Amino acid sequence: MSKERLKITVNGIYYEMDVDPRLTLAEFIRNEIGLTGTKESCNSGICGACTVLVDGKPVKSCLVLALGAMNKEVLTIEGLRNGDALHPLQKAFLDHGAVQCGFCTPGMILSAKALLDENPNPSEEEVRYGLVGNLCRCGGYVKIVNAILDYAEKRRKTIGT
Amino acid sequence: MMSKFNILRPESAEEACNLLTKFADRSKIIAGGQSLLILLKQRLISPEYLLYIKDLKELDYIKYDGTSGLRIGALATHRSIETSDLIKKEFPVLAEAEHDLASPQIRNWGTIGGNICHADPASDIVPPLIALDARVKVMNLSGVREVPLEGLFRDYYETILKPDEMVTEICIPTPQSHTGVAYSKFSLRRTDMAVVGVAASITLNPIDRVCRDLRVILGGVSSVPKRIFESEDMIRGKSFDESLIEEAALVASREVEPVADVYFSEKYKREIVKVMVKKEMNRAIQRALNL
Repeated sequence: MSKERLKITVNGIYYEMDVDPRLTLAEFIRNEIGLTGTKESCNSGICGACTVLVDGKPVKSCLVLALGAMNKEVLTIEGLRNGDALHPLQKAFLDHGAVQCGFCTPGMILSAKALLDENPNPSEEEVRYGLVGNLCRCGGYVKIVNAILDYAEKRRKTIGT
Repeated sequence: MMSKFNILRPESAEEACNLLTKFADRSKIIAGGQSLLILLKQRLISPEYLLYIKDLKELDYIKYDGTSGLRIGALATHRSIETSDLIKKEFPVLAEAEHDLASPQIRNWGTIGGNICHADPASDIVPPLIALDARVKVMNLSGVREVPLEGLFRDYYETILKPDEMVTEICIPTPQSHTGVAYSKFSLRRTDMAVVGVAASITLNPIDRVCRDLRVILGGVSSVPKRIFESEDMIRGKSFDESLIEEAALVASREVEPVADVYFSEKYKREIVKVMVKKEMNRAIQRALNL
């Protein structure tokens, strides 16, 4: 069982590393390059804590082999901020207190980002349905949904869509 | 932790078949892996070789023309089917079924071919595909054969595919005029696996509303997605009335073999089958009439 050469871009940084073929993308992100903002919980594609964006689309990184993301661009929660400034979606989560234990938050924010990239003007129902693959075990959905809707509204006013 | 395996990345469908022929039972094809990785993690399977085909662009397409129908490459993702304007217009039932399949994340990475070959009897996409009379193209080194999708499944998580064969395409004929197709599922949450999934397609004579043809397929309540021929035969060639549909739904509830689980008893599942067959047949009729 030989290691395989993985070529991957994470948060704009290009990596070439030899990895065990069994390594999942979540394990690669957390253990090989040390970005522990991506969380692992159920490890079976249910909870969505490990959500990252691959070529702009949310996936469950525990159900993607690291080698499956060969030559792809991955965005994790660490790559969302602009320098020291939080992404406004992160800011909205803070402002709304949409974080309890925080374990689901990175996945929630990345799913929300992808949702809003596709649909800048979602209804509450569309936000809830867009987040169906992300579980908040604290049960704090109301504030999460409000944070996203609030950010979406502010963004529409700013960019006029 | 998964058992050790080597990963091979064929660069064409033909090369994948070559590797399949070479390694046969020692290998497993992985596309999106949204089901397979779970089997690997649980060590329910431990292949020596994974043939990673997800990046084969030649098997990722959605094509349609009025004569030859719809052709979906095995590597089209659930999400691409869900969001395809073409499918929303010509085969809305497929977009609807995909919309409630798992989660956006799973739909972004999982493929239709992988879902079919995983042969989970609770698949959301297989019952509507069978309702649409889908066939699958199966390839090995000696050529390509076509198999009706309803004949692909042998048992829980088992297909009739030979070890050197792979599914490359799903072909769906253009439905006859005045055909309505509906699918929905009963599940704990809207996007969970189907406890009971029901697809119905109905072709009507628009003048006298006699049923020319129909298909009723149940998911989740037998070892394979199951066509209920007994219910179909009761209705084919007849005019619809509520009591006939009721009767056919009752027969369907007796023909399935649901397994009790922690949530629902066998009896309860049969009740759900009865309610849902009736509901989906009525929806299919409505759609057939509105065409």
